[in-house]
Amino acid sequence: MSQTYRLNNVGYINRDKKISFKFNGKKYFGYKGDTLASALLANGVHLVGRSFKYHRPRGFVGAGVDEPNAKVQLYFKGADTEPNANATEVELVEGLIARSQNCWPSVSFDFGAINNLLNKFFPAGFYYKTFMWPKSFWYKIYEPIIRKAAGLGIAPLKPDPDKYEHKYEYCDVLVAGSGPSGLSSALAAAKNGARVILAEDKVRFGGSLLTDEVTIGNKKGKEWADEIISQLKSMPNVIVKNRSQVFGYYDHNMMVMCERTKDHIENPSEFTPRQKLWHIRAKEVIISTGSIERPLTFGNNDRPGIILASAAREYMKVYGVLVGKKPIIFTNNDSAYDTAIDFKKNGIDPIIVDTRNDSQSSVANEAKSLNISIKFFCAVVNTKGYLRLNSATIGKFNSDKSDYEKLENISCDCICVSGNWTPTVHLSSQSGNKLKFNETIDAFIPNQSKQNENTIGSAKGSFTLKESLEDGFKKGFELSNKITGKNEKSITPTSNEKNYGQHDKFWCMPLPKKKHYKRFVDFQNDVAVSDIELAVREGFKSIEHVKRYTTLGMATDQGKTSNLSGLQLVSDIEKKIIPEVGHTTFRPPYTPITIGAIVGREVGKHYRPTRKSPIHEWHEKNNAVFVDAGLWLRPRYYKKGNENLLEASTREARNVRKNVGVCDVTSLGKIDIKGADSAEFLNRVYTNAWMKLPIGKGRYGVMLREDGIVFDDGTTTRISENHFHMTTTTAQAANVLSHLEYYLQVVWPELDVNVVSATEQWAGAALAGPNSRKLLGKLFKNIDVSNEGIQFMGYKESDLFGVPARIFRISFSGELAYEINVESDYGIFMWKKIIELGKEMNIEPYGTEALSTLRIEMGHVAGSEIDGRVISSDLSLEGMLSKKKDFIGKRSLFREAFVNPNREKIVGVIPIDKKTMIPEGSHLVNDGNATLPNPKLGHVSASCWSVEYNNPFSLAILKDGKNKIGEKLYAVSPLKNKNIPVEIISSHYVDPKGERVRS
Amino acid sequence: MLEIKCPYCGKRSQNEFSYGGDAKIKRPELGKEISDKEWDNFVYYRDNPKGKHSELWHHISGCRQWFKVSRDTASHEIFKTAKLDEDL
Ligand SMILES: [Zn+2]
Repeated sequence: MSQTYRLNNVGYINRDKKISFKFNGKKYFGYKGDTLASALLANGVHLVGRSFKYHRPRGFVGAGVDEPNAKVQLYFKGADTEPNANATEVELVEGLIARSQNCWPSVSFDFGAINNLLNKFFPAGFYYKTFMWPKSFWYKIYEPIIRKAAGLGIAPLKPDPDKYEHKYEYCDVLVAGSGPSGLSSALAAAKNGARVILAEDKVRFGGSLLTDEVTIGNKKGKEWADEIISQLKSMPNVIVKNRSQVFGYYDHNMMVMCERTKDHIENPSEFTPRQKLWHIRAKEVIISTGSIERPLTFGNNDRPGIILASAAREYMKVYGVLVGKKPIIFTNNDSAYDTAIDFKKNGIDPIIVDTRNDSQSSVANEAKSLNISIKFFCAVVNTKGYLRLNSATIGKFNSDKSDYEKLENISCDCICVSGNWTPTVHLSSQSGNKLKFNETIDAFIPNQSKQNENTIGSAKGSFTLKESLEDGFKKGFELSNKITGKNEKSITPTSNEKNYGQHDKFWCMPLPKKKHYKRFVDFQNDVAVSDIELAVREGFKSIEHVKRYTTLGMATDQGKTSNLSGLQLVSDIEKKIIPEVGHTTFRPPYTPITIGAIVGREVGKHYRPTRKSPIHEWHEKNNAVFVDAGLWLRPRYYKKGNENLLEASTREARNVRKNVGVCDVTSLGKIDIKGADSAEFLNRVYTNAWMKLPIGKGRYGVMLREDGIVFDDGTTTRISENHFHMTTTTAQAANVLSHLEYYLQVVWPELDVNVVSATEQWAGAALAGPNSRKLLGKLFKNIDVSNEGIQFMGYKESDLFGVPARIFRISFSGELAYEINVESDYGIFMWKKIIELGKEMNIEPYGTEALSTLRIEMGHVAGSEIDGRVISSDLSLEGMLSKKKDFIGKRSLFREAFVNPNREKIVGVIPIDKKTMIPEGSHLVNDGNATLPNPKLGHVSASCWSVEYNNPFSLAILKDGKNKIGEKLYAVSPLKNKNIPVEIISSHYVDPKGERVRS
Repeated sequence: MLEIKCPYCGKRSQNEFSYGGDAKIKRPELGKEISDKEWDNFVYYRDNPKGKHSELWHHISGCRQWFKVSRDTASHEIFKTAKLDEDL
């Protein structure tokens, strides 16, 4: 029979909508509004998983985010799978499939449970002790076995098909948690004109009002909550969100919240994001996150059927589910009496076991008047039942509670435990609030706020409804008044609630003599009282050390139900008070967050922007193979037939040397410089002289950092007296602009200079090769393109069939070459004209690979040489260091290491066999077969197949390179398993005198 | 994520800015003869205080202005921001 534990008319589920789902291969039914946990419990299923270390059978402990045991693997429609979902948070939808984790072959017969019998071998710190020797065993034997046995579900293998979105929001007051204090503060703030966001983690608003028998005004608690929510939802200045977990409190009141937007919807559209990550900058934050019940500790307190009293009550009152029909309520305080009373009202006879002598609170007296059997000064000592609890041993304490006078066995199917309440102070602590210990409630509460954090209600240890409402209305008004300046006060309604007495500080039940039952503190990580005792005995005194040694609180539940018990144990053993022991750090996220939510839409090609030149489409149509150059996509080579990279780039480079080639150089950084002091500024930025550069001429320049290291290079052209056009490398364009802005704004604000990036304003094409002048003449009929008309490094403005264009006679390839710039929108027009008119001169486009080949064999440096470690002389650029003026970084060049005559120098390298390509990154060494570490003399920075000489050629940065020309060394690359005999030659392999560029 | 008030644009999130180091460092004058020690102090040596620190920030994804920030390096509290020619 299905749902035998379901009550007929209690709860907020929709009994008209029956839902089928599968758990561990078996089909069950639940209702809309159920969680996976409540639906399983309605079917009498408590056994949901196996524990991490001992593989002990485990059941539900909580009903929300605090759940340590019920971690399941989910299988979604269409999607892959998700591990470690909390069954207590998973909303039931038609067709849901879930499985238990950490068990094989099944949850009821688990092979790993043998660990439980061997538990003597698994004490605290067992990883450190057992698996250390022999060391070589770790990788091959221990780790794989441990990983297999200690599984936390299966990671999905396919890419996540879901969409996740990010949202940025600002508000006056963010309220986290919609219990009585949260609702009243949100209402008071909103009514006083503040922009409010109210966030509730659960599906239903109301917090404790969903289960507590209270009245507010003349309404039942739940009705009041519903009314406030609909009131807030109707206000334009309020955002109300359920299924939204505020999980992190970051700097400057940045709150991060994860909203679940899809998994609960039966038929989501393909555009529905699965989750939304909200970044909320709040002027004030109200933390009304409530409190979590903590368990009591006793022998075998981890069997399926042993559950928190508050969770049992939530299952009963929200979902109409009985967690058992023969319940024991085991408590050290009054709140669990409510659970007993609710059982009784639903026709079930509970037994209360209370560690205290008596209680005279109204709730206790109500239980007495209902004739509920109460055993005072008693404890649950031990339990029995392997896959499901079936009996408990109840003990009558001796006078000092160190042992028991009498033991009796009582048959039962669930034990609802309560060890009092722990305020949920995580967000408060994350905000920088140093918590303080409150003796009355035996828990930490917030102390002094560091940011605009305001904790209210039971999250700060005020457990009465009256206090929560008063506090909420007061804080909501105060904070909104501070922000809006308005004075509209809401009236705090009257309320009625039961009264609750003082709890017993006693929470860890002693073991009867000669009994060694396991008493668990941290269920998810299998940390027992004995483990913590052992850790302290072995000298781990700091709570942070105890945590790491025992793994207490380090599982996915982050010890929400166990941290405080662990602390209390350490303080008891050490005979210290808890404030001296301190607490471990609360770090975000409060609950596990999917990687998808954190990443949002920044996946695949949206990971970062892609920059394309205006000529990109032409490249695509002409079989370009692209390469990433920073954010830019540049053609690496244009593939013809079955050519490979080397064949294509060699063909393209040869054509440049023989005829003419054209290269898209749009991505090159361009900076427009204007102002009366522009020449003076360049003079300070570059190492060479700039004051006398004539209008219509360009110059090659190198800039240094203040520490003397080469920063970037490029050509800068004087367009008019006070107007310069600077080019930078593609990679450093943004950094050079920031660098210039720094000096102009911070260091020399007196200079009259303005700089602005013009990279995207201009499309660029480089024409290179002996035929380039002839082609230029066809493109620009109105100007003199002769060697005298446009001299080397000259600059001209003209029009390209009506399109204004800039012509620079600069060369990166070592050939006669020009660079044409037109406004970006005309880039494709320019390019097509070049190709069209160049046809008769055998023009071919060339990509970055041919570009590299051409510059390498010329000995022209680029990013692979300017690598942040070299100074000008290392690159043979010392001739460009002006002696007459100061410039950025000059003073550093007089440092001892920089004037060493045997410093590194750029050289050329060719393999002796003239055949073997030398891998980039190879080390140059004296002896290729020496034992490691083989002293390194230098490294190969760039390699190409020289089209001029038809053999490999490389550039290298070599120690004392200028005195090593002609020497035979070895280029070794252990990564590529290469050991190549090489000869050191000049870095200027082709046209060393530079005649071609000037021809 | 910090919230930084650009003196030109107003409050913006930290991801619009880049950090630019100690605001109190003054570059030696161009062409001035100085000792190795003075130069090294300028290029390499920086205080690393726990607490109040005046620093430069650059609004790179905004107005592209450099400005000064007085910030607590431990708590991240920002006491004041100012234009370069203003006092912190
Ligand atoms: Zn700005």
